[in-house]
Amino acid sequence: MSGFPTLLYKELLRFWKVTFQTVAAPILTALLYLLIFSHVLESRVQVYPGVSYTAFLAPGLAMMSLLQNAFANSSSSLIQSKITGNIVFVLLTPLTPLQMFLAYVLAAIARGFLVGLGVLLSTLLLADLPLVHPLWALTFAVLGGAILGALGVVAGIWADKFDQLATFQNFLIVPLTFLAGVFYSVHSLPAFWQRASHLNPFFYMVDGFRYGFFGAGDVPPLTSLAVVAGCLAGLSALTLRLLHIGYKLRA
Amino acid sequence: MAPAIEIRDARKCYGTLRALDHVSLEIAQGEFFGLLGPNGAGKTTLISLLAGLARADAGSLEVMGHDVVRAFRAARRALGVVPQELVFDPFFSVRETLRIQSGYFGLRRNDAWIDEILERLDLTDKADSNMRTLSGGMKRRVLVGQALVHRPAVIILDEPTAGVDVELRQGLWKFIRELNAAGHTIVLTTHYLEEAETLCGRIAMLKQGRVVALDTTRNLLQHFSGVRVRIRLLPDVLPPGLAPWHVAREGESEILQLPDHGAIERVLAALRAAQVQAQELEVLQADLEQVFVQMMRKS
Repeated sequence: MSGFPTLLYKELLRFWKVTFQTVAAPILTALLYLLIFSHVLESRVQVYPGVSYTAFLAPGLAMMSLLQNAFANSSSSLIQSKITGNIVFVLLTPLTPLQMFLAYVLAAIARGFLVGLGVLLSTLLLADLPLVHPLWALTFAVLGGAILGALGVVAGIWADKFDQLATFQNFLIVPLTFLAGVFYSVHSLPAFWQRASHLNPFFYMVDGFRYGFFGAGDVPPLTSLAVVAGCLAGLSALTLRLLHIGYKLRA
Repeated sequence: MAPAIEIRDARKCYGTLRALDHVSLEIAQGEFFGLLGPNGAGKTTLISLLAGLARADAGSLEVMGHDVVRAFRAARRALGVVPQELVFDPFFSVRETLRIQSGYFGLRRNDAWIDEILERLDLTDKADSNMRTLSGGMKRRVLVGQALVHRPAVIILDEPTAGVDVELRQGLWKFIRELNAAGHTIVLTTHYLEEAETLCGRIAMLKQGRVVALDTTRNLLQHFSGVRVRIRLLPDVLPPGLAPWHVAREGESEILQLPDHGAIERVLAALRAAQVQAQELEVLQADLEQVFVQMMRKS
């Protein structure tokens, strides 16, 4: 029998034991964004014909929360284990790099999913939300969660202290998610910023996810899928390589 | 039958520090083996290489015939390590900690053995307590439990009794001895040399990354310790000729370290010549601490 199910279970249990902090708090934060932005912009902005601004905002906020929490889950688990030293309990076992990778990433997807779903369900109280292509939405939720989960593993392995991880989170993850078209359509931006947005892989995750709800997006969903899948493949290869050589884990 | 542990010419450097320098060592299955040395001698580095927590720059290491790099899964299944640092996961209870550790080795229906470990380590009352609430000694015992949870053939205990009170230490050693009697190979590092002397059949001493002594505990005590005598003099003046053997003064007595039993007669002759009377003379039992100190001075 493999140790993979146990590591996955442990990673799930780890955030489940503190759900107020890991699930409820980010849902509340997203709802506050939704309330404030929809209150201010509802009557002034309409991105897609027939879609209210609140409805437009909801999937973006759900995806943003999903991505940020998927990253937070794997990165915080690894950095805490490294700093307290209990990572040794995993390193002493016969778990392979692939099993470790899958356990951390799947747990990250699960937490991201719970938060994203919570945001979407809460949003239903405020706006009608269609779901035109649920499979597209699901695909981008899974791939986005996996990318950020893998990125969290890389950050957790690389960072030696919480400060470094916070830098990674605040200066990379948060700006890239905020500038991914969560609050606006990139078509409303000047030409330069439109081109810049197309270099941001988070933009494709948000846009593809939103396509699943409205059947409309800033770029075709297949383009988004290709970019997101490519990013996941590259990042997975990097993460597996780091785990295989034991970078900053095994001396 | 493959040795429990086989290390061939292992080398490991951290920057310019040579942590292990051409170490070769073979430990047979079923041995109770002591790994001694001062801080920084390379004991923990050697354990880290065996456990896969670090990789050797050169040489090879095997656990129960499994190479720790090429066949790391089989090697790690055969190995249980009690780490030196007092580490724990604050999210879980004692029982959860042991179940999770067991699950990492693919053992998901292991509650009978977990219950036995809890009982033998005197942790049954604390099974459902969060790890954060335990004392240092209790956390140390949970570490021991985690190392045993998959019933490894080889158990490495890196300073397992630091911070554990005397009564529980005795219980722990009783349990470890029983495991040894049942065929498990035990490798122990400890700063309590009397523990190593009592428990270990064979001992390796490390200094600056090299093995400076490797023999049975009995041979080490016989060959390296010489003879130590306590002597009370009247008048209380040590003849200058005995100064090279003088190692300490205890109360009103002098402690002399002699090369062998024959030297006792030479001491008495020197005292007679100096007209000093030996009021009391006691031949002290050799212990591992003397051997250790001598070895560390010598090499």
